[in-house]
Amino acid sequence: MTIQFNDETFHGDFTFKNSDWAIKRFPFPFHEDSYMYSVNMEPHTSYRPGSVFERTFDVDEHYVSEMKDRARVLANDPLRCQSLPHMTLAGWDLVELIMEAKAREYPDLFELHKDGNRWRWINKPLGIDDTFTFLDESTLPYGPMEYITRQTQGDFAVLDQRDDNLWMDAGMVTTQADWSLDFDIGMNFFEWHAPVPKAHEMGIFVRALKFLLNIQQGQPARRLNWTMTVNPLLDTSPENYHKWGVMKQGLTMENIGEKQHLRVELQTFFRLPRSNALVFPIRCYLIRFEDLVTVPKWARRLHRVIRDLPEELATYKGFIDNRPLMVEYLSQFDDGSPTSDGIWPDDD
Amino acid sequence: MSAGTAKLNVTVAEVKPINDLVTRFKFVRTGGGDLPTFSGGAHTVVEMQDGDITRLNAYSLMSNPADRGAYTISVRRDDQGRGGSKFMHNKVKEGMEMVISNPVNLFSLDLRAKKHLMLAGGIGITPFMAQMHQLSMMGGNFELHYSVRTASLGTYAKELAERYPGKVHIYHDDQKEAIDLKTLLANQPLGTHVYVCGPKGMINWVHSTAGEMGWPREAVHSEEFLAPASGKPFEVKCAVSNKIVQVGEHQSLLEALEAAGIDAPYLCRGGACGQCETNVIGYDGKFLHYDHWLTDEQKAGGKHIMPCVSRFEGKTLVLDR
Repeated sequence: MTIQFNDETFHGDFTFKNSDWAIKRFPFPFHEDSYMYSVNMEPHTSYRPGSVFERTFDVDEHYVSEMKDRARVLANDPLRCQSLPHMTLAGWDLVELIMEAKAREYPDLFELHKDGNRWRWINKPLGIDDTFTFLDESTLPYGPMEYITRQTQGDFAVLDQRDDNLWMDAGMVTTQADWSLDFDIGMNFFEWHAPVPKAHEMGIFVRALKFLLNIQQGQPARRLNWTMTVNPLLDTSPENYHKWGVMKQGLTMENIGEKQHLRVELQTFFRLPRSNALVFPIRCYLIRFEDLVTVPKWARRLHRVIRDLPEELATYKGFIDNRPLMVEYLSQFDDGSPTSDGIWPDDD
Repeated sequence: MSAGTAKLNVTVAEVKPINDLVTRFKFVRTGGGDLPTFSGGAHTVVEMQDGDITRLNAYSLMSNPADRGAYTISVRRDDQGRGGSKFMHNKVKEGMEMVISNPVNLFSLDLRAKKHLMLAGGIGITPFMAQMHQLSMMGGNFELHYSVRTASLGTYAKELAERYPGKVHIYHDDQKEAIDLKTLLANQPLGTHVYVCGPKGMINWVHSTAGEMGWPREAVHSEEFLAPASGKPFEVKCAVSNKIVQVGEHQSLLEALEAAGIDAPYLCRGGACGQCETNVIGYDGKFLHYDHWLTDEQKAGGKHIMPCVSRFEGKTLVLDR
């Protein structure tokens, strides 16, 4: 499969657009007509050819433009990428994981040639052809984690594991749903999840941590998470809230279909072999409401989920004020007929 | 997730007796190719087909983690044990095909440490061998204090002293040599982490001495795999799978569940990692909790059991499996 890469923006004139292919493979996150938190983990094994679950690290038509957007965000705010000194080895683990997976799964786009520790990495979409010495930082233009995550879609939290906890000790975070690496750096799993409502009393985090601590080499896991974003903004960071927060005002029945996006995160979890750290890639997929409702099942289900979502969750996810308008818009596409189980469209 | 960890098919490339008690085994990938990299302190679970019984024992990987060509482990023969180490010593030959798990690390280095102080007793030396390989490649600061019974039973002591001059200190029990732990701990630079692997008494001694001297709990690391204890046979009812399972005298509850075809999760099989924790639905009798995982309150509460090492005596036990 050859991917036609879009030339598009995620700021300013917002020319981001999903092709019909991208709409059809969108990771719709709701498997039933209602939503509540759960530790909805499953093995990250290749599943459903063509879907975002097929490859270890999904590459799609937005790749080149997303990497340009990342470079732009980093130029404005270098603290979006940080790595505490003891995490360098984990960065090399990540270099190996991503390069090996991409070269194996997208041989037409990426190549990795090894001669002992001398590695040559070819990234055709971004026009990169670099030779470096594995585990020798001086041979790369950036630290290992920064180098490879400037070439990989999605945010990356690299978590050190010690004292039966996980610690946010490194990361590349430019496409986040309103959280800050610079704020969370060095925090443990319970500290950085403190703002999430309801989940604590449900015991979600204790169980989730236990699961994550036991993720083993060769057995990655994944889950989906979601929120709402007005305009196709990858960077909805607290640092820039003054720029994007105001965009949530001014939605109307006329423009909501174009401006309102469902934002889905494909979260994966891999044990890193040399450092025993855990890497947590968070890949963001955006779809505007008017594209989403072209899939009748998704339109009916999203209407029901948003309508019935507990108020605390709509508040936490930042769309409580726009919820009535969303429900009104989506209700046009819900004839009340039943929806089938699972996340996939009905027509296949 | 399915039970256990992803598996590797390997061939025994070398069986080498090291001394009267310890034999070293080298595994390469069956059919060639690299094995996964691992981190120092990791273990692998070796599957042994011993007649009708499948034994699964965890052994620390002792080879250089950067060497993806082969893994090595060392097995100390335990004549009083349930048979895993005897199987390795008596039945495993070069050329044999075996199945082992992907590396799992429950004893990893704290990479923030300014210095790694390693305390080994007997066969507890093995995880440190991989860690020292890793640290010497990274330019890490480490020091090993290794207690052995006699020079001839001092597994790898001589070669370690040669490989890492000035960093390795050997103590012989038969010459009345002992680690002077208080002095040793008192003289460490700030930011030192202590690691101990060896007999239970040694681990407790290091934790309590360090604790009394004011060392932070997070700076003292230990690894002890328990071998499952033998005990009276008992019967267990599995509510989810609707099966009655008999647990034999020399069999663990986890092994009995597996033999009955029940999908039971596990990682360390030694009472340490928590992965096999199982809910108890009902019981009439007495639990024999041997694990390090459950809290004392949980052990007294009768709602949880760790089937890898713990047992039961009494009339009925119903599990959520």
